[in-house]
Amino acid sequence: MEFPHLERMRLRRCDSAASVPQFCNSPTVIVMVGLPARGKTYISKKLTRYLNWIGVPTKMFNVGQYRREAVKIYKNFEFFKPDNEEAMRIRKACAAAALKDVSAYFTKEQGQVAVFDATNTTRERRAVIISLAKEKGYKVFFVESICDDPEIIAENIKQVKSGSPDYVDRDIDEAMEDFVQRIECYKASYMPIDDEKDRKLSYIKIFDVGSRYLVNRVQDHIQSRIVYYLMNIHVTPRSIYLSRHGESELNLLGRIGGDSGLSPRGLKYANALADFIRSQKITDLKVWTSHMKRTIQTAETLGVQYEQWKALNEIDAGVCEELTYEEIQENFPEEFALRDQDKYRYRYPKGESYEDLVHRLEPVIMELERQENVLVVCHQAVMRCLLAYFLDKPADELPYLRCPLHTVLKLTPIAYGCKVESYFLNIEAVNTHRERPRNVNINRDTEEALQTVPDHV
Amino acid sequence: MRGSCHPKNTRDRAVCMTNCPTLIVTVGLPARGKTYISKKLTRYLNWIGVPTKEFNVGQYRRECLKIYKSFEFFRPDNEEGLKIRRQCATSALNDVRQYLSVEGGQVAVFDATNTTRERRGTIVKFAEQNGFKVFFVESVCEDPDVIAQNIVQVKLGSPDYLHCNSEEAIEDFMKRIKCYESSYQPLDEVLDRDLSYIKIMDVGRRYLVNRVVDHIQSRIVYYLMNIHITPRSIYLCRHGESDLNIKGRIGGDSGLSARGKEFAKHLRKFIQEQNIKDLKVWTSQMKRTIQTAECLGVPYEQWKSLNEIDAGVCEEMMYEEIQEHYPLEFALRDQDKYRYRYPKGESYEDLVQRLEPVIMELERQENILVICHQAVMRCLLAYFLDKTADELPYLNCPLHTVLKLTPVAYGCKVESVYLGVDSVNTHRDRPENVNVQRSTEDALQTVPAHF
Repeated sequence: MEFPHLERMRLRRCDSAASVPQFCNSPTVIVMVGLPARGKTYISKKLTRYLNWIGVPTKMFNVGQYRREAVKIYKNFEFFKPDNEEAMRIRKACAAAALKDVSAYFTKEQGQVAVFDATNTTRERRAVIISLAKEKGYKVFFVESICDDPEIIAENIKQVKSGSPDYVDRDIDEAMEDFVQRIECYKASYMPIDDEKDRKLSYIKIFDVGSRYLVNRVQDHIQSRIVYYLMNIHVTPRSIYLSRHGESELNLLGRIGGDSGLSPRGLKYANALADFIRSQKITDLKVWTSHMKRTIQTAETLGVQYEQWKALNEIDAGVCEELTYEEIQENFPEEFALRDQDKYRYRYPKGESYEDLVHRLEPVIMELERQENVLVVCHQAVMRCLLAYFLDKPADELPYLRCPLHTVLKLTPIAYGCKVESYFLNIEAVNTHRERPRNVNINRDTEEALQTVPDHV
Repeated sequence: MRGSCHPKNTRDRAVCMTNCPTLIVTVGLPARGKTYISKKLTRYLNWIGVPTKEFNVGQYRRECLKIYKSFEFFRPDNEEGLKIRRQCATSALNDVRQYLSVEGGQVAVFDATNTTRERRGTIVKFAEQNGFKVFFVESVCEDPDVIAQNIVQVKLGSPDYLHCNSEEAIEDFMKRIKCYESSYQPLDEVLDRDLSYIKIMDVGRRYLVNRVVDHIQSRIVYYLMNIHITPRSIYLCRHGESDLNIKGRIGGDSGLSARGKEFAKHLRKFIQEQNIKDLKVWTSQMKRTIQTAECLGVPYEQWKSLNEIDAGVCEEMMYEEIQEHYPLEFALRDQDKYRYRYPKGESYEDLVQRLEPVIMELERQENILVICHQAVMRCLLAYFLDKTADELPYLNCPLHTVLKLTPVAYGCKVESVYLGVDSVNTHRDRPENVNVQRSTEDALQTVPAHF
């Protein structure tokens, strides 16, 4: 049956008159919109971190940074007065410079997503961006944050503004007062995205830190993922505890992978972990483990309910499962070298790569974002992936992050990042961390290959 | 601040724990896609393992009334009609309570117009009394083309209009819609700000989402925001016959046999003849699907998630060898093929979980050909054709056969095209004897022939 009059539900990419060809993977510019202290930079940084972690090259462009470089010394809110022509010129130039860098990021650095972090509170400013994007074949997705709760705004100002370079020589009260005046400067000319006039734009409006969202014309996969992510994050204070299982029998033997139980020291750790958790006095703690014996045994001693996730299972070493590094070198010397050459992307034959791990852990991260206090009992490679997400570590560093046994990491989101506290629970364990050896050539000799293998029984 | 469901200290409210059942309530005028959404959502939730059931109040009305005369039944001043309709809603809610509180259901979809604040208030109270969370799904649409299309696709075939011709049916249905319009109170941003809901406007062009309180609501919102109704077809097929297929061995990563390569050529011809607009092609990351796609001469995308089920210790074995080395495992698998996990491998249940992002992206796409594997294809097919976990592992997905799925009305039309190239049969039915003590002969009763 033909339905010629049925309107397309998918927005077509606008066919630009410019000469730039429209590829399937046009870069996307995410444009933040909102008054100061509405969480735009918080969202920008978090979104950038998430997209990079899942493998989408993303970079943030904060116009305030450009302004600080142009103006060197910030005097006071008068700079932002709408009748300050000199300042207006500088601010416009900064936005233009940032947009130029966005283009460079796409064309010269193979970037895929740029997050343009500024107030963008006037239709005029947004029109400039839309027109540039149209000319160059970029997709645009707006993220507007609307909030009128004075408590939230005050909290924002305290958490992130008083520490800003703009207020480095001021005390908190002065900073607060000046910043409030700064917000007033924007208010008069603020034109929120309009549901009628802007109905052809793609955007999400976030109201009151996520109690409500308005989503318009999601064009493609990446925008759909961005919307899903933004709808799952929250700002309620909480902590995430990451720990590996207690030392296992195979750990002691220097063997990787497998599904062995805890060693006597590992069991001791499980008890120490229970004590530690009790001492932290955490409200409503959720506990997650993998489906493998060693994490389950570790969680059992906690005496609380825990949830098992197959997605938290250790990286599958395929043909190398349960081998020692010495045996891997003996039986698969070439594979061993290839792994050292690119540990993030290297996939064990019939196994997985760190890159595969990240992909399988994405739903875990999404649910971690939704949750509040959580303890995740997992494995070395898995913990490295999760840690890299929270601490914004790139793919090169991820496989070499230190996640020793019998150590709990407590992550607490603050300001734009994450505070990390490391607790070694004083139970000895083997070291399972193997650094990248100097020689990664496939022709290297056995001694060079095994240079960094940690001790074992 | 967003928060989880906390127990409230009010007399009439049951305590709501984190895993309290959820009642999804549709809202909207007739012909706005409520039943379409209800059925699709129910199918999706069941497939990902969340026991869900839909309750269509119109069905209850048809059972009560037996014969539908005309739109007059729905007139707002028809007291007798109103009484019956209220009874039907109550009856449906009783069945909801039975399903969620007694039968172990986790989500119930209450499919009705629910266009007045009063009716919704009754439902909210009902949910509070029983400890259910409520999530509203409102569909708002004023596009006359879309509405006309809906009526043609699903209303004309409705039991209500069996004895009318198309014109009469359309005329009556339009009057029916009018009966609801005057009393319609859409969910209000201010008055209903404490409710959890999603408002879908113009078939998904715009959404308003309010107070998502937990994981399942978040998944529901994500799903609803990814589905569309643009006409399209999904083509599913397996890789061409592989060298291991011929030997009767499972799993592995072998290349195509000569007949498999022949199939790939026939597949190219078939695709060309279908003349499909903007066809996307997906494969797994295993040789046999990639080799099949290579022959098509068009760009294709490789998904690791589409890889065949991992048979762990049984990889590359024949069924005879599995019976010889792991007779217990072999029997356990026959006892519960959906949940059984190969040692160091996966279960069908695991497969469904890893295929969920594939399904989500399939929903977003339009015309697409997925070249995959037997177990994977069974999982995808079960999603589209709403097959249960029991049936899923035994769905027939023979080699060298393309299934063309086209969404139509509330379901999916399936056309099976065998491309005329011989191959081995790889389908092993459930044997009669699944007891762990069974003989080798009983165990191998249903193994298909191979070299």
